[in-house]
Amino acid sequence: MLTLKEAQTGHDYEVVKLHGTGAMKRHIMDMGLTKGTKLHIRRVAPLGDPVEMTVRGYELSLRKADAEIVEIKEC
Amino acid sequence: MQYKIALAGNPNTGKTTLFNALTGSNQFVGNWPGVTVEKKEGTLIGHPDILIQDLPGIYSLSPYTLEEVVSRTYLVKERPDAILNIVDGTNLERNLYLTTQLMELGIPVIMAVNMLDVTRKNGDIIHTDILSSAMGCPVLEISARTGEGLKELVETAAKTAKHQTLSEPRHTFSGPVEHALAHIEEATQGLLPEHQTRWYVIKLFERDSNVQDSLKLSPGLLDHINSNIEAVENELDDDAESIITNERYQFVSQLISKCAVKKNRHQLTTSDKIDRIVTNRFLALPIFAVIMFLVYYVSVTTIGTDATDWVNDTLFGEIIVPGAGELMDSWGVADWLKGLVVDGIISGVGAVLGFVPQMVVLFIFLAFLEACGYMARIAFILDRAFRKFGLSGKSFIPMLIGSGCGVPGIMASRTIENQPDRRMTIMTTTFIPCSAKMPIIALIAGAYFHGEWWVAPSAYFVGIGAIIVSGIILKKTKMFAGDPAPFIMELPAYHMPTIGNIARSVWERSSSFIKKAGTVILLSTILVWFLSSFGYGDEGFGMVEDLNDSVLSAIGQKIAWIFAPLGWGDWKAAVAAFTGLIAKENLVGTFGILYGLAEASEEGEEFWGTFAQDFSVTSAYSFLVFNLLCAPCVAAMGAIRREMNSTKWWLGAIGYQCGFAYCIALCFYQFSEFISNGVFGVGTAAACVVTALILYLLFRPAPHNDTAVVELNPSPSK
Repeated sequence: MLTLKEAQTGHDYEVVKLHGTGAMKRHIMDMGLTKGTKLHIRRVAPLGDPVEMTVRGYELSLRKADAEIVEIKEC
Repeated sequence: MQYKIALAGNPNTGKTTLFNALTGSNQFVGNWPGVTVEKKEGTLIGHPDILIQDLPGIYSLSPYTLEEVVSRTYLVKERPDAILNIVDGTNLERNLYLTTQLMELGIPVIMAVNMLDVTRKNGDIIHTDILSSAMGCPVLEISARTGEGLKELVETAAKTAKHQTLSEPRHTFSGPVEHALAHIEEATQGLLPEHQTRWYVIKLFERDSNVQDSLKLSPGLLDHINSNIEAVENELDDDAESIITNERYQFVSQLISKCAVKKNRHQLTTSDKIDRIVTNRFLALPIFAVIMFLVYYVSVTTIGTDATDWVNDTLFGEIIVPGAGELMDSWGVADWLKGLVVDGIISGVGAVLGFVPQMVVLFIFLAFLEACGYMARIAFILDRAFRKFGLSGKSFIPMLIGSGCGVPGIMASRTIENQPDRRMTIMTTTFIPCSAKMPIIALIAGAYFHGEWWVAPSAYFVGIGAIIVSGIILKKTKMFAGDPAPFIMELPAYHMPTIGNIARSVWERSSSFIKKAGTVILLSTILVWFLSSFGYGDEGFGMVEDLNDSVLSAIGQKIAWIFAPLGWGDWKAAVAAFTGLIAKENLVGTFGILYGLAEASEEGEEFWGTFAQDFSVTSAYSFLVFNLLCAPCVAAMGAIRREMNSTKWWLGAIGYQCGFAYCIALCFYQFSEFISNGVFGVGTAAACVVTALILYLLFRPAPHNDTAVVELNPSPSK
C-alpha cells in the first residue's frame, strides 16, 4: 500500500482511500483530498517535512505523519 | 428594523478587504489563513439598517476546529438574514465546497466571486449564470481590491436580506444517501427547527456529535437513524462523513468543468517562481534568517535607533524638557507642580514615546510579511523544527506577530486546531520580546554594554530558548501530552500588499501604542512620581528630598528581598519590574523618574552614575532576563485569560511564566557570580538545584506517550 507519506517530489498521484477516523481525517477531506482526487507533489520543506502539493488548483501543505492516512496510487 | 448579513468564506479570499470596502472600516488584511480571529461588525455603506458581520475564515462547517464551530454556531443559532459568501475566483473548487454547506442552512445566500482583477488578468472565464442556476443563489463577480462590482453586490445583498428570498440548495447527493436522508427527515419530523431541516438531517447523517447533543434525541430514535446510516455505509463501503464530503466535491468539480474556463493551466505563475527560491531546499533557511535579521537590524539598530535618538535626545532632551522647565519658571508655578510635569509626566511618558519611531519601522516590516504571503511559508519551513519541541509551525505566526505586540500574537493562536498546542503557544508566545520590551533591552544594552550589537539579538535568543525549553518540559507533563496537532495548511499565492493596507496596520498598532502612553502610562507615571516624591521625611508626611524616604521606597523595600537572589535586590528595580506589569515600556519611564532624570534616553549616559551603583553588569542582564520572560503586561494577560477561557489555565500560565523567569534569572546571576568571584554560596547551591530540576524535566522520558486527547472547546470566548 502506497501512502502520501512515501510520495515522491514531482510525481502525480490519485487518492485511493483515506484511513482513520475523526477530526484529522475530516480536516484532510475538507481541504479537498477525497477519493479519486488527483494531486501533484511540489516539494518537501528544507528540513524534510512537511510536503507541499497542488490539489484542486491550490497549494496545500501536509505533515508526513498526517499524510500517512492517505492511500494513493501513481498516475 | 435591523438586518444582519454574515460574511462567510474560506480563509484568505479577501473577506476582510470586502468587509472594509462594504463598511468603510479599517481592518488590517493579512495574507495568511486565519486573519480574522474574532467576529467583527459594521454597517453597510448607504444602508444604515444593515449590519455586516465578518466571520472567521473557514473551509467547512465541521465540528472540529474552533473557528468553524464559532461560525456555524453563529449561523445556526443567530440566523442572520442573509449570508454573503465570498468565493476566491482563482480557487473555485475548494471555495464552492463550503458554499454547498452554506446553502443547506436555510438562510438566503448571495455569492460574490472575488478577485475579478486577477482572474481577468490570467484570462480565466467564469460563467456566473451557470454557477448561479446550479447552486441556486445569485452570483456576482467582484474585485474587493479595486471596488469593481461592489455597487451591484451591495444592492443585491440588501434586497436579499430584506425580502428574505430563500435560496434552495440545488445540489443533491447520490440515491442511497438521499434515501437515508429522507428517512431521517421523516423520523425526526417536528423535532428539527423549521427552515433548517436539511442542514440538521445531513448533520445527523454525518453523526455530528455537536448536533446530536444539541437536539437531545431519544436513544431509540438515534438507533433508528443509525441503522439507516449503516445501511448506506455498507452499500457504498465508506463512512457517512466521507460519503458526504466526497459527493460534495464530486458535485463541485463537475460544476466547475461546466462553468469555469482556465487559461494557462500549466504555466508557472509568479508565485510559483518566488516559491521556487524562498522554499528551496537549500536556500529557504538562509533566506529566512537573513529576512529576520534585516527586520530587527533595521528596526532596532539602524533607522529605528537614529529616529529614536533624535526624539529622545533632540526633541525631548533639548527642546521639550528645557522648554517646559523654562515655561514653568516664567509662569512662576510651584516647585511641586513643575516637578510633576517635568520629572513625572514628561520624563515618564516621553521615555516611552521616544520608542515610537523604532516601533513604526518594525510594524512596517511585520505588516509587509503578513500581507505578502510569506508568513505561511515560514510555518511551512519551520514546522519540522517546531514539532521537535511539541509545537506546530503555525505557532511561529503568533510568535512573530507577538514580536510586535503580544495581544494580537496570543489571539493569532486561534488558528491552531488542537487545544493542548494552542494552550502551549499562548503560554510561550510572550517569551518573544514584544516591541514594548525593546526600550528595556535598549536601556540595558546602552547603559551596561555600550550599545554592543549583540545585546538586542541575545534578548531574542533568550526568548527563543525559553520557548524551546518550555515546549519540551511542558510537552512531557500530563496536561500537554498526546500527539501534536496536525499540520494541514494552505499556502496562499503571494501578492504585493497595497500601501493603504500596510499603512492601516502600522497606524492601528502605533496608535494603540501611543494611546497607551497617553492613558495607562500617563496615569502610572503620575502615580509613580507621586509615590516617589512624597513620604515621611523629617517634618512628617510631605515632599521628600531623599528618594529613600519616599512611600515608593517603603513599598519597594518590602518586596525587594524577593529579587535579591537575582542580583537586583534594590527597591528601585523591584518597583520598576512591578510597574512593568502595567505596560512593559513603563519600566523605562519608572527608571526615568526614580533616577531623577528629565529624560531617560536609551543611550543611558545620564544613568551611568546612579545606575551603576545599583546594578552590576551581571545583575543588569539578570534584570533584563527576568523582565523579558516574566508575566506580560496587563493587556496581554487579559488576552491570555480570554483565549484560555479558564481562570485555572490563566493563573497556571502566568504562574509558569513568572516562575520560569525567576529560575532562569537566578541561574544566570548565580552562576556568573560564581565564575567571576569563585564564591560558592547559598544562592549558588539553589541555582544548582534549579538547574538540576530543569535538566531532569528536559531529559526525562515522556511519561504520557499515547494518550492523545482531542479536546475541543465548544464555547469559544468572545
